[in-house]
Amino acid sequence: MEINKDLMAASSTPIVLAILAEGDSYGYAILQRVRESSGGRMEWTDGMLYPVLHRLERLGHVESRWEVAESGRRRKYYRITSQGRARLAEDRKQWQAVDATLRGIWRALCLSVPVGHPVSAAPLPQGV
Amino acid sequence: MPAAGDAGSLEEQIDQWRSYLRRRQAIHSVDVTELEDHLREQIAGLTGAGLAADEAFLVAVKRMGELDALSREFAREHSERLWKQLVVPSDSGESGARTRTEAIVAFCLAVAAAILVKVPALFGLDLGEDGGFYARNASFFVLPLLTGYFTWKRRLDTRTLRWLAVAFVVAAVFANVYPFTPEGNTEVLTALHLPIALFLLVVGIAYAGGRWSQVAGRMDFIRFAGELFIYYVLIALGGGVFTGFMAIIFQAIGIDPEPFFQSWLLPCGAAAGVLVASWLVEAKQSVIENMAPVLARLFTPLFAALLITFLVTLLWTGRGIDIERDMLIAFDLLLVVVLGLLLYSVSARDATTPAGIFDVLQVVLVVSALLVDAVALWAIAARITELGFTPNRVAALGMNVILLVNLAWSAGLYLRFLRGRGSFTALERWQTNYLPVYAAWAAIVVIVFPPAFGYI
Repeated sequence: MEINKDLMAASSTPIVLAILAEGDSYGYAILQRVRESSGGRMEWTDGMLYPVLHRLERLGHVESRWEVAESGRRRKYYRITSQGRARLAEDRKQWQAVDATLRGIWRALCLSVPVGHPVSAAPLPQGV
Repeated sequence: MPAAGDAGSLEEQIDQWRSYLRRRQAIHSVDVTELEDHLREQIAGLTGAGLAADEAFLVAVKRMGELDALSREFAREHSERLWKQLVVPSDSGESGARTRTEAIVAFCLAVAAAILVKVPALFGLDLGEDGGFYARNASFFVLPLLTGYFTWKRRLDTRTLRWLAVAFVVAAVFANVYPFTPEGNTEVLTALHLPIALFLLVVGIAYAGGRWSQVAGRMDFIRFAGELFIYYVLIALGGGVFTGFMAIIFQAIGIDPEPFFQSWLLPCGAAAGVLVASWLVEAKQSVIENMAPVLARLFTPLFAALLITFLVTLLWTGRGIDIERDMLIAFDLLLVVVLGLLLYSVSARDATTPAGIFDVLQVVLVVSALLVDAVALWAIAARITELGFTPNRVAALGMNVILLVNLAWSAGLYLRFLRGRGSFTALERWQTNYLPVYAAWAAIVVIVFPPAFGYI
């Protein structure tokens, strides 16, 4: 399933922050985690994650450090900052509000629309 | 499937992918490292799932996204990367350490130049009263340090270094043993020509660092000289603003900073500025576009139009050129400007591209400059006996002839190139081979002129 670009862009910040809130991580692992938790429904273009991470770092939501991974390569790890956690909490409230609104409307739709229109298949990803 | 060969080709493919990324201005090398780690991880994951190495590579690259889109995304996040190129890198790394050392060395040399300017004052030589001494020796406050900078940077061998030192000693002797008439013509000529000779030969050889005998080495020096000039002018403009504010705020509290400015800030700043400008040119060399060729491109059409209009007006009205005392110098300067426009256009041109409209314009500029200069020389020749052979006039005339020969020959070579009979490299070779001629002439003015004209 394709999720449109605007929705992707809007959701990328809370998704990345939420994954980092679970623990420090790096680009590839973050993407794996996105795939896993969305059941493969969210397909990001891999490279595009990095400008997002760099933006979050510039805004002070995450900080980065270089470490040598077990493979011997240098790897850049990201850690969420307290400011990032605050931003995540704020985002979460907003997404929950959007989610609750949509649920309410869809429930109303289900009741009024005759059966046979399967609009209630919940096509949108739920808030993180 | 031979695993070793497979791994080899995979490394090659990754190398190639990395080099594509490196070419993107918005993606820095640390980002490339980060992305490469991702790519390798992805490939490892895919081969673990049963894909062959090359298939895994293709899938991983595909998932990474299109390079253009990726580069655009990086540029949007790091828009400053398309503008700002810091001279002093803040991040670590071996190239960063090297650049930092260089910055420190350049800064120390600039301070040394500023101190050197004040050393003669310790021996009672005052900048105001002994202006002649300072004018004749101005080169020695700056150029030895500049030579030292390039000696250090290019790691010149001691034999070359010894020759360069000898050149400075000889120059210092000639600048100081002659019994010049204070503020006489020959003293002024020495003050003007000594820096030219020393800069072109000694600094040039140190800059080229063993490549002075090659066309490319001398061409690099020409490029350096052009950029040095531009950076120096910019620094001087900044210095002017700085001193302006200094004067205003100190006068507001009733202190006159003029004496400090004249005996400290201006001479020390002017000397140190050369070293700072040289270092800037070196540091920025591969980072930003050279300015001199841009200016040359901008002004070549304007100067060509100016000279042609002048010639047409001259023919139309039938006016003669009014030869006054300093007219010769004005025409010398005109030729210097035209030569500069030609030289810096040549320095930035790819020798393999075919002739275009700009090349035609260049020839028009040079030919019209030659015609204008010929008219001026004709007018001077008619009156030279009447005006007399002063040292200034002979020096200006000599310079004019040297520039005229250069430009005439350049025009010939350029025409051959336009008509497809010669290569552009011939013009490059001619221009770079001509550099020692200017130096030799400047040396003659310094060494021969004072005794020949009785030190007037």
